Amino acid sequence: MTAFLKLLFRNRLAALGAVVLSAVLILVLLTPVLPLQNPDITATADRFQKPFTEGHLLGTDHLGRDLLSRLLHGTRLSLAVGIAAALIAATIGSAIGIVAGYFGGRADNIIMRGVDMLMAFPYILLALVIVAALGPGLMNALIAVAAVNVPFFARNIRGITVGLAGREFIDAARLAGMGHIRIILTELLPNVLPVIIIAMSTTVGWMILETAGLSFLGLGSQPPQADLGSMLGEARSALISHPHTSVVPGIMIFLIVMSINLLGDGVRDALDPRLRSGALSRPRAMTLVERKGEVPAPTDDLLAIQDLQTQFHVGDRVYRAVGGVSLSVKAGECLGVIGESGSGKSVTALSVMGLVASPPGVITGGAVRFQGEDLIGASYESLRQKRGDRVAYIFQDPLSTLHPLYRVGRQLSEAIQSHHDIPTAETQARAVQLLRDVRIPNAEARVDNYPHELSGGMRQRVGIAMALANEPDVIIADEPTTALDVTVQAQILSLLDDLQRERGLAIIFITHDFGVVAQLCDRIAVMYAGRIVEEGPTPSVLEAPAHPYTKRLIACVPELGGGQRALAAIPGLPPLVDDLPPGCAFASRCEKAQETCRTGEVMLKGDASRAVRCHYPEEAI
Amino acid sequence: MGGYIVKRLVSAVPVLLGITIIVFLIMSLIPGDPATAILGSYATPENMEKLNRDLGLDKPVITRYFIWITNMLTGDFGRSYSLNRPVIDEVLERFNATLILAGTAFVLCSVLGILAGVVSAARQYGVADKIITFVVLIGISVPAFFLGMMMILLFAVNLRWLPVSGMYAIYGGGDLPDLLRHLIMPALALAAVATGVIARLSRSAMLEVLRQDFIRTARAKGVPERRVIMGHALRAAMVSIIPVLGIQAGFVLSGAVYIEIVFQWPGVGRMLVDAILKRDLLLVQGGVVFVAACYVLFNIAVDVAQSLLDPRIKT
Amino acid sequence: MPALKVDNLAKTFALKKPLFGAASTGVRAVRPMSFQVQSGETLGVVGESGCGKSTLARMLVGLLDASEGKIEIEGKALDNADPAKFGKLIQYVFQDPNSSLNPRKTIRQVMEAPLKRLHGMPRSEREARVSQIFASVNLREEFLERYPHEFSGGQAQRIGIARALAANPRIIVLDEPVSALDVSVQAQVLNLLADLKTEFGLTYLFITHDLAVVEAVSDRIMVLYFGSVVEIGDARRIFANPRHPYTKLLAESAPVVGRPLTAPEQKGTELPDPLNPPLGCAFAGRCPNATDLCRTQEPELEPVGEDQLAACHHPIQD
Repeated sequence: MTAFLKLLFRNRLAALGAVVLSAVLILVLLTPVLPLQNPDITATADRFQKPFTEGHLLGTDHLGRDLLSRLLHGTRLSLAVGIAAALIAATIGSAIGIVAGYFGGRADNIIMRGVDMLMAFPYILLALVIVAALGPGLMNALIAVAAVNVPFFARNIRGITVGLAGREFIDAARLAGMGHIRIILTELLPNVLPVIIIAMSTTVGWMILETAGLSFLGLGSQPPQADLGSMLGEARSALISHPHTSVVPGIMIFLIVMSINLLGDGVRDALDPRLRSGALSRPRAMTLVERKGEVPAPTDDLLAIQDLQTQFHVGDRVYRAVGGVSLSVKAGECLGVIGESGSGKSVTALSVMGLVASPPGVITGGAVRFQGEDLIGASYESLRQKRGDRVAYIFQDPLSTLHPLYRVGRQLSEAIQSHHDIPTAETQARAVQLLRDVRIPNAEARVDNYPHELSGGMRQRVGIAMALANEPDVIIADEPTTALDVTVQAQILSLLDDLQRERGLAIIFITHDFGVVAQLCDRIAVMYAGRIVEEGPTPSVLEAPAHPYTKRLIACVPELGGGQRALAAIPGLPPLVDDLPPGCAFASRCEKAQETCRTGEVMLKGDASRAVRCHYPEEAI
Repeated sequence: MGGYIVKRLVSAVPVLLGITIIVFLIMSLIPGDPATAILGSYATPENMEKLNRDLGLDKPVITRYFIWITNMLTGDFGRSYSLNRPVIDEVLERFNATLILAGTAFVLCSVLGILAGVVSAARQYGVADKIITFVVLIGISVPAFFLGMMMILLFAVNLRWLPVSGMYAIYGGGDLPDLLRHLIMPALALAAVATGVIARLSRSAMLEVLRQDFIRTARAKGVPERRVIMGHALRAAMVSIIPVLGIQAGFVLSGAVYIEIVFQWPGVGRMLVDAILKRDLLLVQGGVVFVAACYVLFNIAVDVAQSLLDPRIKT
Repeated sequence: MPALKVDNLAKTFALKKPLFGAASTGVRAVRPMSFQVQSGETLGVVGESGCGKSTLARMLVGLLDASEGKIEIEGKALDNADPAKFGKLIQYVFQDPNSSLNPRKTIRQVMEAPLKRLHGMPRSEREARVSQIFASVNLREEFLERYPHEFSGGQAQRIGIARALAANPRIIVLDEPVSALDVSVQAQVLNLLADLKTEFGLTYLFITHDLAVVEAVSDRIMVLYFGSVVEIGDARRIFANPRHPYTKLLAESAPVVGRPLTAPEQKGTELPDPLNPPLGCAFAGRCPNATDLCRTQEPELEPVGEDQLAACHHPIQD
């Protein structure tokens, strides 16, 4: 709770809203004890007094009633009615939504049909019908406003509930023997409550507006009682001659609704964990570069990553996802980069073409050189011209990485046309050829498919075709087969292998699977906690791993044909990259670790063909 | 596609039936005797009996509903007692005016809202984003009727740029420029809130989409940033923006009631409020059902637009 | 008496009835299947996406009503899907450890729920029991007061296993319990599962898509394809000596260090359309040995060799 308030008030606009709203609330709560005139006593002789006249701070209205007094009493009424309507609508609507969402099936169907029907009205029609039936009056306006908002809550909360009800912890609760009511109250409700609060805080202002609106039309509060809406309604006829009678209540409504909206946004931001982590910011067109230190000198490799450092800056924390990685690849060579989750292998791959999402990603050091030219310091346009043209990517999940609303052929054409001025007819023909190249049967027809019409394996072939579109020099494949079934994976891997041989491509292949690198890659680099711990030719690394981490990781991987057995494990967990220990990052899990491992920096020893970052390697290199 | 439209039209039938039932049920909940309410102090037993017969109130509820709905299907919405003319004639005439006002406002809020949202998202945390966010916040916090009144004070009374109210000038008006001059203020006042809501939603939809993997793919293949935003991202964001346009159309129609009162616009909203205050129930019923039916049809159009945009929707 | 006996168990998901015309027959996620698991045995269930393994698992623990067939646990028939009744006999460990823990409950609340609801245990007993289980899964007791987001994937999966143990079941269904974990952590959890099995005399049904993992932990392995059992056999032999062409394809597709990269023989990779299933063998479209018989008649599961059954008209011979 205190954490929530802290978070809420860190948002300055929300704090401003809270201050204004509290001031209004205090004022209206004190209204009965303040020395105000009776709001309903008319004095026709004093009508339309201007503001700041004696005895009438805000002037008087068309019947000579004191505006300040009427304003405070009216605000009191408007707030009370709006908040009551919000509470009623939220309670009834959420209850309906939770029941419909949790039970699903027919109950859900019937309830949601009814809700849809109510939402098929423009809301004011429903409110008007209700008021027409019940007759004008503030209470009836309250009922009408609450009623028209019930479907809103029901639909909103149902959506959230359906998502939660499908979560595994609900199944787990059922298996723990809990009944439906208990699950709704103890498992669902605590998770839905923040959403209800968010929905309420963002609609309370709206409901105050709506009740004011009905009163403005003369359908809400009836004279002589006034709320803000009816004050405006009565003042309308004197708008041109005596505008102050309209301006005063209008500004009050505006202040209240605006402060509630500001506060509501703040509440939403503070309660929504997605927003809290700052995730809802859009990534820029290229990764932010704040390079400190020397830029390494060029080499004659096709693509060279030199002492690359990429960090994530989240709040005050700095995650060193890539802490100084050097890799290089030559034409026609396949380099495997292997590591567990959080080792920095994907971030390394994405840094090459500035595709790490920023915020929060920042490249803080090193260089990436394509044919000697530094890409990290390059301008957006020069980087864009190489993206997909000289260096292309294949990503992990082909369903989410292809645009869902464009036909496959168009996405392939676009890859070509982003770099070459070729008419669409030609690029379409080229797209068909590309699909044939990746062995998609019936390519002429497939080119007109949308991604969702293809199977996972076919989609990944399209992903590969897209990478090949401009005949690049380097392909960076970021776990391209992880999302695929094993029989499909085998085919995709053999396709990549053939393409690489036929076209002399350089491939950087990111994976966590030793079996895959063993079959595909010429060289391997093993990453741990953002650094390369071992590098060398594939057979040498796999058969004689030099780093204790590599050796033990290989031992963990069960291999087909080994029979039923206990498996080797590495105790403990990899260190967090925002809190790396001094010395070797693996030391705390390593049986061979000595004092020296835990203090000084451990350097990568060896040459480009075989290197290890360890004081006590398993094999001499 | 044709099949899909037919399917959606057929599925609208139960919704329309439901709407008539809801309206009819609520209206028959009216406490007391409608005849008394209508006739007020003129109520004599003979008058009341005659009126009850005229209104069909002597029959059971279900029979009355069926009579009402079959009559409506033949275009007979009954007769307004306060205006002494057929309800349908009055509604059609008034709805025409509302359509001009609400339609203009709807186009305005869709275009401005989406544009503001896209700019805001593409320049997140930049100056443009901050200005738009601020204006939007004010837009969604001002009641439309108050905004309308302030516009009248400023543009009509003080600056004398635009007419105070009405749809046409009383003398010598009636042409299109005259209509446009009268339309500007009410349309803007009506569009304000919806523009704000659509802008906010478009902004968050764009931000959500820009984080998706397929945007990274587009960038990875070298698509220029302008095309990434205005092509790839906006197209995908439209999938979540379009349904909101449908909902906002309902809000624009609702807001039209206030705006019509403030600007003396001869639309259906003003007619409904007058009818309620005069307890002209047939006019209320007829007007509500007619407008609701139009809104249902509009939402079918929105669904069809959505299915054209998103091939994943089964048609 | 087998720990688990499944008889002609099937699940058909009804499709939404179209506006015009008759409702279709629905999608058969699991075709009638029968198998037994002996007490103390680990039966591995392998298959690729869409093979029905998760549907099968959810039926076995009572989260889903079976369309046909019977489930018997230690001779006791469980007719209606009711997780509260199933819970004492058979428990479930979920694939995604974090999503299976309610983010707003402490681990103690999570752990105590089955003790309280299934066994009606008084408070003092519950505490003792929770401590005992936590010791068995090598978790520190101070974790009990924390919330799920404070744990790593491996720790959260241990908690998930501890919760399943708390119900004191005879059988545990493990649905891809290590797929979300890194290899170095995966082995920790697999070894823990092996220890617990001996300690508590459990029977496991281990569902996974990873052939190497399933081979390492199972006594027998059942291979699913398109909702049907295509082969069951001894874990030591089934992949070395497959009788069904699909099992062979799976075994040859698994990437293995030291084996050259070649795409195994198959025609296409597409699964049949579940809305329009083929008449005969579901694998016929991909099978290099398929004949007309395969395309017209569905093969039955029949013994081929010692302890091995395959559903194939032309099983692979030695």
